[in-house]
Amino acid sequence: MPISAISMDESLAKLEKFKKEVMQEMKAPPELSVEDQLEIYRKMALIREFDTNVKPLWKQNYIYGLAHSYQGAEAVAVGACAAIKKGDFITSTHRGHGHVIAMGGDVKKMMSELMGKADGYCKGKGGSMHIASVDDGMLGATGIVGSGMPIAVGAALSAQVLKKDYVTICFHGDGGTNQGVWHESLNLAAVWNLPVIFLCENNQWAISMPYDKAAKNPNIADRAIGYGIPGVTVDGFNPFAVYAAVRDAAVRARKGEGPTLIEARYYRYVGHFVADDERYRDTATNNPWAEGMDPVNRMGEYLVKSGTADEERVDAIYESAAKEVQNAIEHAKAAIEPAADTLYTDIYSPEFSARYGGE
Amino acid sequence: MSRTITIKQALNEAHMEEFERDPTIIIMGCDVGFRGNPFGLTKGLYEKFGAERVRDTPISEAAIVGTCLGAAATGLRPIAEILFSDWITIPMDQIVNQIAKIRYMFGGKINVPLVIRAPVGAGGGQAAQHSQSFEAWFSHVPGLQVVMPITPYDAKGLFKTAIRGNDPVLFFEHKRGYEITGEVPDEGVDYTVPFGEAVVRREGKDVTIVAVSIMAHKALLAAEALHQLGIDCEVIDPRTIYPFDYETVIKSVSKTHRLIVTHESNRRSGIGAEIVSQVVDMAFEELDEKPVIVAGLNVPMPFNRTLESMVIPSEEKIKQAVLQMMDRA
Repeated sequence: MPISAISMDESLAKLEKFKKEVMQEMKAPPELSVEDQLEIYRKMALIREFDTNVKPLWKQNYIYGLAHSYQGAEAVAVGACAAIKKGDFITSTHRGHGHVIAMGGDVKKMMSELMGKADGYCKGKGGSMHIASVDDGMLGATGIVGSGMPIAVGAALSAQVLKKDYVTICFHGDGGTNQGVWHESLNLAAVWNLPVIFLCENNQWAISMPYDKAAKNPNIADRAIGYGIPGVTVDGFNPFAVYAAVRDAAVRARKGEGPTLIEARYYRYVGHFVADDERYRDTATNNPWAEGMDPVNRMGEYLVKSGTADEERVDAIYESAAKEVQNAIEHAKAAIEPAADTLYTDIYSPEFSARYGGE
Repeated sequence: MSRTITIKQALNEAHMEEFERDPTIIIMGCDVGFRGNPFGLTKGLYEKFGAERVRDTPISEAAIVGTCLGAAATGLRPIAEILFSDWITIPMDQIVNQIAKIRYMFGGKINVPLVIRAPVGAGGGQAAQHSQSFEAWFSHVPGLQVVMPITPYDAKGLFKTAIRGNDPVLFFEHKRGYEITGEVPDEGVDYTVPFGEAVVRREGKDVTIVAVSIMAHKALLAAEALHQLGIDCEVIDPRTIYPFDYETVIKSVSKTHRLIVTHESNRRSGIGAEIVSQVVDMAFEELDEKPVIVAGLNVPMPFNRTLESMVIPSEEKIKQAVLQMMDRA
């Protein structure tokens, strides 16, 4: 093993600290019905199954280009999106599969997009990194870290100017918090009291850069103080903790009281993207997190232990999610490629293209 | 019926009328509201339409432009104002990677009705960070449209087309052109100027001069002087850089068989190179002479008045280029 950016002792110490300071007990808020809770589990399972299948499909050349796994983060997107309504918006990151599923997107269309097919969400022109299910309120994944920040602010501005009741969740990563536009966006949304929820998925790694080497203060939520808005850190492996924080932030936002910064802390215990060999860290250091904190297992176990559902039902939900993903894979493999004459469509609006040609 | 106003007034009217017409139009930028923009372009807008739609912002160009994108994607028609076009480098990621590509990347699901307005241009000792024109950069990016009006009529009409369209437009006004006067239709007469239609500002049979933005005025002055020497120049103002009206240029070159392109921004990789390349591609056989580009020199704009005047292309330089082409130098 060459030099690792983290030793086993450091990883274990971080995990202990996480358990002591950030981890929250799994407990469903009273307003979530059994069906709501099972739906959260179903979506988490769907994300897990989807992203578990992406890497082998990429290796077999069915999926082209880049893809970033949402594995380990399932509780963040699903918990957050369970707390908002139809008509609300989210913006995404380069790690967007989980966001699409959490907003109720169609895994068939997403898998088709990852395979570059014509019936994919983006007609085969976006791929994994630009996955977008706009009709579900998911305003698209972006390959530039931090760049979704002002786009979310703009969606929130529309709500304010057009007197609409919706909120926008701005998903972003810990890496994005050190981009200039992150700070500009928080400041602008704060000073204008915009209905936006900045939800930082702090997976503690920006590719090979551990967050504690990227910023002096490891608590991202503390930055909210500088912008005069509430900031809260929650257990990002716990969908109920994320749900509750987003629910409260959404209430504030809809009342016109402005944005909230939520730091959902978890740990990326898989590679940054499909081709990441993780040469920057000893992968054994991932294991304590993967084994101890896996959010999908944790949710499944909670459902059984709390008597919300029996093991059989929980397993059946998982199996059904796995089957849905397999169907999506079969569908996408059989789907047709985009026609060459679609190359120039959607560069400009249809009316512009009709007049001036697409190019 | 018509009347004479300045470009500054034309743009002010265009904003006023469009804000009145469409309640989804908003504007944001530094000093755009209460102060009414440093040149007075948005004067009265704040008083009439209020702080909700006319928004003074902190100095955060990336957030201003990115916020406009998010707003455009969700039902507004925002205008982002950049105080000097040189600072458009700050929101460059938002413009090039987000605004230009979002419709395409996301399968045509998102409309981007967005105008970014910024004053370009040199002169007046504003030195290296307040003098540039970046039309070539944005013309290079598929997904963007680039507009450079230099008469009051065009400024007003092109602005209306820009704000009513569903695509992102870079709207570059020349800051030395704000006081240029010209005729516009009477108040209350609504009109637009379509993109991609150049105007022949002066007809002539000897040399075609394609003159971008403020250079159209300098080219007209040069053409007047050359007329005294018996040389007839045809001056074309393209008005929009993308889409670009090659048809009008080719038609002219087919008559004159000589082409000069002039723009104020520096020559290297400038829009002139693209225009010449396209004309050569489309109508090489029409050209009797090697096309010539009269453009800014490849230096950061110097502060000193004399040095500055060496960099900015003048009517005299255009005149000399024409004389040389006509073997009259």
